[in-house]
Amino acid sequence: MLEIKCPYCGKRSQNEFSYGGDASVKRPPLGKEISDKDWDDFVYFRKNPRGNHSELWHHIAGCRQWFKVLRSTATHEIFKTAKINEDL
Amino acid sequence: MQKYSIFSLIKNAFTNHQNWDVAWRDPEPKKEYDVIIIGGGGHGLATAYYLAKEHNITNVAILEKGWIGGGNAGRNTTILRSNYMWDSNGLFYEHGMKLWESLSQELNYNVMYSPRGIINLAHSDAQLNIYARRGNSMRLNGIDAVMLGRNELKKMIPFADFSETARFPIFGALMQPRGGTARHDAVVWGYARQADSMGVDIIQNCEVTGFDVQNGKIKGVQTSKGNINAKKIGLCVAGSTSLLAEKLNMKLPIEAHVLQACVSEPVKPFLNHVVTFGAGHFYCSQSDKGEMVMGGDLDGYNSYAQRGNLPTLQHVLSEGVAMFPNLSRLKILRTWGGIMDMSMDGSPIIDKSHIEGLYLNFGWCYGGFKATPVSGLTFAHTIAQDRPHTLNEKFNLNRFNTGHLIDEKGVGTKTWIG
Repeated sequence: MLEIKCPYCGKRSQNEFSYGGDASVKRPPLGKEISDKDWDDFVYFRKNPRGNHSELWHHIAGCRQWFKVLRSTATHEIFKTAKINEDL
Repeated sequence: MQKYSIFSLIKNAFTNHQNWDVAWRDPEPKKEYDVIIIGGGGHGLATAYYLAKEHNITNVAILEKGWIGGGNAGRNTTILRSNYMWDSNGLFYEHGMKLWESLSQELNYNVMYSPRGIINLAHSDAQLNIYARRGNSMRLNGIDAVMLGRNELKKMIPFADFSETARFPIFGALMQPRGGTARHDAVVWGYARQADSMGVDIIQNCEVTGFDVQNGKIKGVQTSKGNINAKKIGLCVAGSTSLLAEKLNMKLPIEAHVLQACVSEPVKPFLNHVVTFGAGHFYCSQSDKGEMVMGGDLDGYNSYAQRGNLPTLQHVLSEGVAMFPNLSRLKILRTWGGIMDMSMDGSPIIDKSHIEGLYLNFGWCYGGFKATPVSGLTFAHTIAQDRPHTLNEKFNLNRFNTGHLIDEKGVGTKTWIG
């Protein structure tokens, strides 16, 4: 069981959360011409490291806020969580 | 190579089975090979076998960081099927089914192929319509498919919950009668033994730590057993693909996720088919030893840990109990996790790379085991001929740029939702 510390609600069990993937993915800016390659990179290519991974989680059965988590993909250990506009 | 038969069994019985030949050698790596396959799982070993058999390329090494068959080849639920709708998938996996049917004879090794039939349960008229469409597509591609009604299913799987009050009442099912199971270890060992007999070096405990690339051309690998040169290199490392790709500065359209499975204590024959309860994220079959082999969903977050968490297991097994209420009495004997190379459209990639002489085989998601023979056959062709086989030309890496996705499940790029 993962215990995830929501920055708003505190530590809760993983059952309350859903996963949102790589937090470093940035949507290309609106209203600008975007090459196919940049668009493909945004849609299909993400970081996939063995080790520390910064990722998005959603407190879907709680405060319903999205936030960032720094977690190891090798051990599942969670090091840090932060609000979406904060740095990890 | 010693042929396995009733006669060799009797002959060796006279010497208390002390004089059997080893099934494969344990060689030291040579300085150079024509082809190196990284990854000694089912796909890697099958690739080496077909390189030798179909293309007469025998100066081949398989580099395996652990022991052969110790990764996903030993962590799957051994299901074989070709019940796909899209042509690119259906024709590919159906070719694989044909290979499975004669694999024991071809390898002189009993892979315990058991065409017991795979049943996909449907729980609404709409789902039955979708299954009828899939079944029709399968039959147009020459794949066997039959629709089953509720009354037929009651006879075939009497222990399922057929009550009117079930949360997902059983309306019917799509069945592929030739689908079934095979013994995963035997597949690995059978391919290893035959590949070895044709000269392939199987090198275990040999981890690849880096690549030698010069002027856009692959020259060799650095390993825990020293540098080895090769004209061509094939990657068959499933969940570890991104880690090796990182050493080549390649970014690939996959994420690594952990998928759990489990077996119960063994019980008397109870279930004669493979049954999937898609609406509830649960499927099961009964092994020859009597254990219920059960699986379901991904844990749902990136992981290389080869072990999962209990909430997912609880979810999967409670769905299982909803479908087969008497499973609730069973004890779980073992659980385990494997690392899935989840691709962004749910279909695999067997292709050349932008580096000359480097070939890629990855993105098998949940379904790599059934593809073992046909993946080996087509990957060997891709490596030997430097172009894809007609069966795998749609499984190209470029499709994520051109938009020709093979989105069989229509799950999109949120791979963890599965």
